[in-house]
Amino acid sequence: MNFERIKEKLNILADAAKYDVSCASSGSTRANKNKGLGNSTGMGICHSYTEDGRCVSLLKILLTNHCIYDCAYCVTRRSNDVKRAAFKIQEVVDLTINFYRRNYIEGLFLSSGIFKNPEYTMERLVAVAKKLREEENFNGYIHLKSIPGASDELMYEAGLYADRLSVNIEVPTISGLKLLAPDKKHEDFTKPMLKVKNEIARYRNERKIIRSTPKYAPAGQSTQMIVGASGETDKDIIYSATFYYKKYQMKRVYYSGYVPVLQDSRLPAVGTQVPMLRENRLYQTDWLLRFYGFAVNEILNDAHPNLEVDIDPKLSWALRNLHLFPVDVNKADKHMLARIPGVGMNSVNKILQARKIRKLNWDHLKRIGLALNRAKFFVVCDSRRWEHRDLDAEKIKGMILQTSTGKFRNQYSKQLTLFN
Amino acid sequence: MKPSKTLIYDGSFNGFLTSVFVAFDEKINVADIQKNGQGQNGLFSDTETIFTNVDKAKRVWNGIRSKSYNAITNIYFAFLSEEEGIELLLYTYIQKLMAAKKGKEMDYSDGFVLKISQLARSVGREKHRMEAFVRFQLTKDNIYFANIEPDFDVLPLISKHFRNRYADQQWLIYDVKRRYGIYYDLEGVEIVSLDLNEIYFNRTRKSKVFAEKEYDYQELWNDYFKSTHIKSRINRKLHTQHVPKRYWKYLSEKKEAV
Ligand code: SF4
Repeated sequence: MNFERIKEKLNILADAAKYDVSCASSGSTRANKNKGLGNSTGMGICHSYTEDGRCVSLLKILLTNHCIYDCAYCVTRRSNDVKRAAFKIQEVVDLTINFYRRNYIEGLFLSSGIFKNPEYTMERLVAVAKKLREEENFNGYIHLKSIPGASDELMYEAGLYADRLSVNIEVPTISGLKLLAPDKKHEDFTKPMLKVKNEIARYRNERKIIRSTPKYAPAGQSTQMIVGASGETDKDIIYSATFYYKKYQMKRVYYSGYVPVLQDSRLPAVGTQVPMLRENRLYQTDWLLRFYGFAVNEILNDAHPNLEVDIDPKLSWALRNLHLFPVDVNKADKHMLARIPGVGMNSVNKILQARKIRKLNWDHLKRIGLALNRAKFFVVCDSRRWEHRDLDAEKIKGMILQTSTGKFRNQYSKQLTLFN
Repeated sequence: MKPSKTLIYDGSFNGFLTSVFVAFDEKINVADIQKNGQGQNGLFSDTETIFTNVDKAKRVWNGIRSKSYNAITNIYFAFLSEEEGIELLLYTYIQKLMAAKKGKEMDYSDGFVLKISQLARSVGREKHRMEAFVRFQLTKDNIYFANIEPDFDVLPLISKHFRNRYADQQWLIYDVKRRYGIYYDLEGVEIVSLDLNEIYFNRTRKSKVFAEKEYDYQELWNDYFKSTHIKSRINRKLHTQHVPKRYWKYLSEKKEAV
């Protein structure tokens, strides 16, 4: 290998790929076969963390940062003046294998600018994955970016080798897309999503009959939306995400606070703060919808088009619905326990276990790990009552903020779950 | 009342389980269970040396497991924490467990259960971290070699993970603190004790032990790591929370920082 050249390419093509926030390597089990290399257990491993605190689990690179398109929000856009580079197929294979053997990574995340045309680009991405699987007997994780506009045949093949496929929607509204990515059509994104969704379903059905049917994109598909680039509300973003979760059975939607990288009158100026807290609130909302049984219009609706910045969305919901509280932790069902601010799913399960044996009081709840500074306003248990019944939402919010300002100010990352 | 006794065992998990067996079997009033050579025998108790017996250990293991699968993992993990006094703590826990109705060990509101499960959780966390932070370096003999220096004795816990993952390469993971390693020779994993005369931190000086291109890949990884962060989002506190500094000296991406 020509070390200096590879090094230069890696610098350019890793740098250009870092704005894609998807980094998960979980959700796919691919057992090591025939004494090959790698084993995916379904639990992702973060092998390191970036200096901004995000998990590093995959070698995340672009195949090339040449691009024929000119999307306003993208560093790789045609009109941007940056150094360009392109990996050869074999170079990506070698890097992946050698990083994996040293236990640096769980696998590969391969994306690309569009060179020549979508089909040609997609063909190359697929070739990398095929080589890894068939020539190197590699069982680690592979995430391929679907190139909008590639053919169904290639999308089909991609799913045979990759664990996950994604196509980034980037701009959550169609009008925003027209403005910021004039070369792309909405259908270019949704067509590959539909194909992948249908193939996953078809393979799953066939597996029920013929057990040896291989898995197709076993970790499913995901997409990403940029937050704060085109003036959309949190409601726009979350409703759009909900649409993709439902319609295309997305495994994950990622939210990426827009990092201004280019001077463009259509976009926030370079130097504008990255909306990290807002991004964090969106992830929290996403969790509430997926794991806590909330319906989207309970959290965001015309009366509340944006999430509150100073408190998390569950607390915000609870304060708007004080008539449902206090909840008796010794009696309430799982569904309602999950809705108490300061109580995470882990705690819910522990409460359900522990209360079989005895009635729980504040002490028990504290040991179980409830964030009592929030939960205490919404709960009754087997202790003398905390007399909070006469407090209104404003007062409760004020008291909670008083006891937790430091915490709220500091924890800006999406990887810390603020409510637990 | 019977006079209390301190049981002395060889430090292995099987040895500990054997001690539990003997204590139950002979209805010993246990003052303490101590590792051989720790030498802090209580002033007022007799000592009895326990010889590890795999059959007896197995019976205790199966006995606990039939009570609760969760408890047996908690016990094993907590044992590996090497926390001072862990044996007596575990012995009491096992006594409670054996006396209790099914499901008792899940009572997280019991301070005792909580302590064991917390210890087990800490060990579990480090197991997980080691699976993440082992950095292999390729030697000239074609062995992928890694040093680790964990707070807890997690090598026995990570062996399976690495065997499944790296089935087609020879590897050796060496615990610097406890001076033993696990070695996979393409057939199976064995425990090896060896005294290394040099500890391979990821210093910038190159060692003749490793393959030439090894350093190329370390540099590429180091570079890659640097290009992953987004400047406007840097959050060092969060970073060190995820990657505690005590691990840095064996992480190739942290070469300059050590
Ligand atoms: S097509 Fe992709 S790589 Fe090209 S400019 Fe648009 S977002 Fe960037």
